[in-house]
Amino acid sequence: MDKEAINNNLKPHLRKATAAEKRRAHNIRKIKEWGTFTAYLTPSFVGVLVFFFVPLLMLLKISFQKSSANTDFAGITNYLRVLTNDAFISASKNTLTFALLAVPLAVILALLLALLLNSGLPGKSLFRSILLNPMTVPVASIVLIWQVFFSYNGVLNGLLGDLFGLKSTDWLKSDYAQVVILLLFIWKNLGYNMVLFLAALGNIPTEVIESAKMDGASALKRFFSIKLYYLNSTIFFVGIMSLINSFKIFREVYLLTGDYPYENLYMLQHFMNNAFTHLDYSKLSAGAIVMCVVMIGILGVLFFVESKTDSSVEE
Amino acid sequence: MDKDNKDTRSDDEIIATKFVKRSDKNVSMKATSDLQERRLQAQMARRKVFVSSEKFSSIFDSMTQEEKNAYFDKERRRAKGVLRRRTIGRNIWTGVGVVIASIAAIIAILPLFFTFLNSFMTSAEINDNYGMVFQSLSGHSDSAAKYLSSTPVLKLIPEQVTIEQYKTLMFMSPTYLLKFWNSIILVVPIVIGQMLVACLAAYSFSRYRRKRREILFFSYIILMLMPFQVTLVPNYIVAEKLGILDSIWAIILPGVFSTFSVFLLAKYMRQIPSSYIEAAKLDGASEWQIFTRIAIPMCKSALYAMSILLFIDYWNMVEQPLVLLTSVDKQPLSVFLSQVNEAEIGIAFAASALYMIPPILIFLYGEEYLVEGISRSGIK
Repeated sequence: MDKEAINNNLKPHLRKATAAEKRRAHNIRKIKEWGTFTAYLTPSFVGVLVFFFVPLLMLLKISFQKSSANTDFAGITNYLRVLTNDAFISASKNTLTFALLAVPLAVILALLLALLLNSGLPGKSLFRSILLNPMTVPVASIVLIWQVFFSYNGVLNGLLGDLFGLKSTDWLKSDYAQVVILLLFIWKNLGYNMVLFLAALGNIPTEVIESAKMDGASALKRFFSIKLYYLNSTIFFVGIMSLINSFKIFREVYLLTGDYPYENLYMLQHFMNNAFTHLDYSKLSAGAIVMCVVMIGILGVLFFVESKTDSSVEE
Repeated sequence: MDKDNKDTRSDDEIIATKFVKRSDKNVSMKATSDLQERRLQAQMARRKVFVSSEKFSSIFDSMTQEEKNAYFDKERRRAKGVLRRRTIGRNIWTGVGVVIASIAAIIAILPLFFTFLNSFMTSAEINDNYGMVFQSLSGHSDSAAKYLSSTPVLKLIPEQVTIEQYKTLMFMSPTYLLKFWNSIILVVPIVIGQMLVACLAAYSFSRYRRKRREILFFSYIILMLMPFQVTLVPNYIVAEKLGILDSIWAIILPGVFSTFSVFLLAKYMRQIPSSYIEAAKLDGASEWQIFTRIAIPMCKSALYAMSILLFIDYWNMVEQPLVLLTSVDKQPLSVFLSQVNEAEIGIAFAASALYMIPPILIFLYGEEYLVEGISRSGIK
């Protein structure tokens, strides 16, 4: 008898597995693994599907319909309607201006503060907790103080009038309104960004900095040639987080000024909210899809830039 | 040094004499002796690597002891001066740094102090101080407000410390407490639910890494980065379809399935060393056991940090209730606080203060976790 025949006559658990059997066992194991981990994912996946992905597809469909009652295909008329809408245009312009102002400022100020705290300042952790504190405070609680400061009869006008004899302005209804909101934004986000930078600064190997010091590199040189290289990905991350947060600024504006603020504070979310009250679905969904596409575009560019700089630096 | 030198020299001599003797014996073998001679020369050359240099002379040689002492004293004083100047310079820079940091800290903390301290004023005092502020806000005609040219008095210390505001808030006006309760029943289920769902999903994403899963994970990240402007409309449509519009579930359910914590926890769980999991597998642990005994305990701090972040975030929410809750009596305090009118500014400060107490307490309790959580979320 040859070996194979002997093997086949043995009891199953003593027998050497044939290639086909091995493959089958491997497949079963694979499927089992897939099943287990899919089961873990299921609750989240179903929820995300039901509450985000499917509605987004529905949104896409609605955006091409004439109205929610009339399901005829409307082509891109809804999009045209949104994109030529004055309110939408000014809202997106305001939102973008704000983001362009707020994001670099939030990143740079936070970086400077982190460098300051990291340079061997006494009471570092105390400063860190105090600066992080505004992040935890709900905006609604702070609105009152902001109003006391910046309204027409507010404290700031009083101070300016007393010190420099300036005429009062209603800050939230002037061209400086965005600056007031910018202050609130930075007040709230600086601590968070700073903690991110502090963590990144702590991760820079000290030998590198020390050897640069021994070689006589000045503090400025050390920052631009060494620290900036290590902070690269953190700056990117902080930038993205600030961008996301700058889109959330509607909250502050709404709480300070209500549904219809001064024109340069009219944000995209105002447009959406006011469209909700009119229940103009097709316009709403077209607007949301436009924003979704723009967001994905921005994120795509950012991720692309990040991957480029990363690979070029790290070798 | 000298002694060593002498020794080697004497050694050389010894070897040389030995060699001479040997060469006497083997005169015939000329070739070998040549070789040996060369070897010897090389050996000698190696041994004479040490070259004595001229004696080092310094300025101290010509000095007497007193002169030396005086010189050292002078130098010591000079060095001390340099060090002192350097320390002073460093101290000045540190001082400037501390001043800048303190200014930033004061700006950061001032609104909180202001709210808390003002919440202990009597409502009459508040009216005196800030009444005119609210007359220039929306709802009043501009012209009327602008004739009142008085400015508010910024006061930190109340004239008379009372808890009158809190009393009114607690016992006289049930709306505030109702709104506070609304906030709690919105936020707590979201935090708990999202943590449960996110733990499971993050474990799956961190253990099962195939191409399609990675694509799904990336779409989760994109979803996490989407602003409310995009996600609120889908939420509204679903809530309408499911018939839960204008109930708290319209906010809780999308909140529970939000993907932010999935992303962060997956990031944490991927840092668990695979050797731990392999060891557990070899010991016969099931996936569930690995999940509950290894994955969860190892990212405990992340769970704390995540819950704190979520609580702060959802305690602060305005957009969702504004759109999804149409009836005013279901809205949380955050929306309601913006609608204070003149008649109520007396208790507005107390309400604001009360509203920020829970997140601040949580912050004070879990600051370490929060800082660690934020820090780890930024590092790849």
